[in-house]
Amino acid sequence: MGDTKITVRDFDFYYGTNKVLHGITLDIPKNRVTALIGPSGCGKSTFLRSINRMNDIIPGVHVEGKILVDDQDVYASRVDVVSLRRRVGMVFQKSNPFPKSIYDNVAYGLRINGLRDRRKLDEAVERSLQRAALWEEVKDRLKDSALALSGGQQQRLCIARALAVDPEVLLMDEPASALDPIATQKIEELVYELKNNYTIVIVTHNMQQAARVSDRTAFFMLGKLVEYDDTRTIFMNPSVKMTEDYITGRFG
Amino acid sequence: MRKFKSNLIITLCGAAVLLALVPLAMILFYVISQGFSALNLAFFTELPKPVGEVGGGMANAIAGTLILIAIAALIAVPVGVLSGVHLAEFKGTRFSSAVRFSADVLNGVPSIVIGIFAYGLLVLPLRRFSALAGGVALAIIMIPVVARTTEELLRLVPGGLKEAALALGATRARAMFTVILPAALPGILTGILVALARVAGETAPLLFTAFNNRFFSTNVTQPIGSLTVQIFTYAISPYDDWHRQAWAGALVLVAMILSLSIIARLVTRRLERMSRG
Repeated sequence: MGDTKITVRDFDFYYGTNKVLHGITLDIPKNRVTALIGPSGCGKSTFLRSINRMNDIIPGVHVEGKILVDDQDVYASRVDVVSLRRRVGMVFQKSNPFPKSIYDNVAYGLRINGLRDRRKLDEAVERSLQRAALWEEVKDRLKDSALALSGGQQQRLCIARALAVDPEVLLMDEPASALDPIATQKIEELVYELKNNYTIVIVTHNMQQAARVSDRTAFFMLGKLVEYDDTRTIFMNPSVKMTEDYITGRFG
Repeated sequence: MRKFKSNLIITLCGAAVLLALVPLAMILFYVISQGFSALNLAFFTELPKPVGEVGGGMANAIAGTLILIAIAALIAVPVGVLSGVHLAEFKGTRFSSAVRFSADVLNGVPSIVIGIFAYGLLVLPLRRFSALAGGVALAIIMIPVVARTTEELLRLVPGGLKEAALALGATRARAMFTVILPAALPGILTGILVALARVAGETAPLLFTAFNNRFFSTNVTQPIGSLTVQIFTYAISPYDDWHRQAWAGALVLVAMILSLSIIARLVTRRLERMSRG
């Protein structure tokens, strides 16, 4: 299966005293797409947001166990959350471009890193937009507001913005759930492209999407990891009855 | 019957609107009809003449009002906006609820009381009335308004923007000042201009802080004239000529405040259009 990028061991997550993740243990392979599936409220998004510590901004959360990205303990006390998030980028369910120009959106992450050189910024913006398959559509209007783009374009812009800082891991929280089928297809093709250079973890409610884009699939239920295997195995020949019931639509 | 009730309520609403608009229209009509005849170029360029001499103007008071609201803005905008940022960013803490409550209380304190406070704070120790003391009094009136407006508008910014900035490796402060605050800026600017318009019309807090000055002054450590105090002084005098001048002053003041409100609208619209694209 190749190298492991993210190692998770006995990871528990609490909102106050409410335990929402129970002893999650799994290895996420490098340069592959790993899909997290499961019914609403099963903890898959919470788990995803734990990898780059986005849950830190919610008061009263607390975790036990370990998440390692390349052997670095994400929750070790000396970890700099800011530099962690530069290595582990994120794309959200609802596209959230800044009310700035297309250019300034993509350049944002680089600028807060201190990059000022205009030529380097131009190059990075073009490269990121090309990787997100948006360059051809926006190259003549980089100065226009990002809010003038369509929903699908906005989401690809958010992907370009996340790619601009050159992360190693890209976390995607239902990136296509608010998009029409054509825009969804573009995002899926993009995910497929991107896995050559990035390790991708994607949460989705869409079974077909998980089957189409991912190499590995993890099925979550009530805060527990029920089954984790190659996507083909999960969909063709799951070893747990609950997994089969869920993917065939018997509940969820 | 149901239709009748609905119509009745709609009619009552309309009547209430009319009732609210009538005094406004009357004030405008009265100020314009009384003030316009006394208004001329000299009113803007000349200083007040001694009693008995015809003519003269309120150049000192117009400049004074502008200086006073500039001092107020200089103090209240940074303090108010930063307090608003704090309130929005640390909304749940005991300290921020205390600050929010005090801001609301301060907002309700009669302006003359704030004048007395500024008198004790600056006039007594410095042993003289000054533009600075007047500006500080006006700033204290502005701060809670600016702080609460900033807080409310920052809260309206979608949480997704903050998450996006944090996920790109921005610190909390960075996210606030490069993304959240700019997104709320049009509204905050409007709030600031509305607050400025409000303090530009204050008289009571200036009576024993900025006091008054019949001469042109730009020295912030000296007493300074203002339109409102000048209007008050002239209006209670027994001289017809001063009464006319007071009406003209009132007209200029109303025009100033009106233009501040209009500028606020234009700035907001322009900024919003820029960000929407």
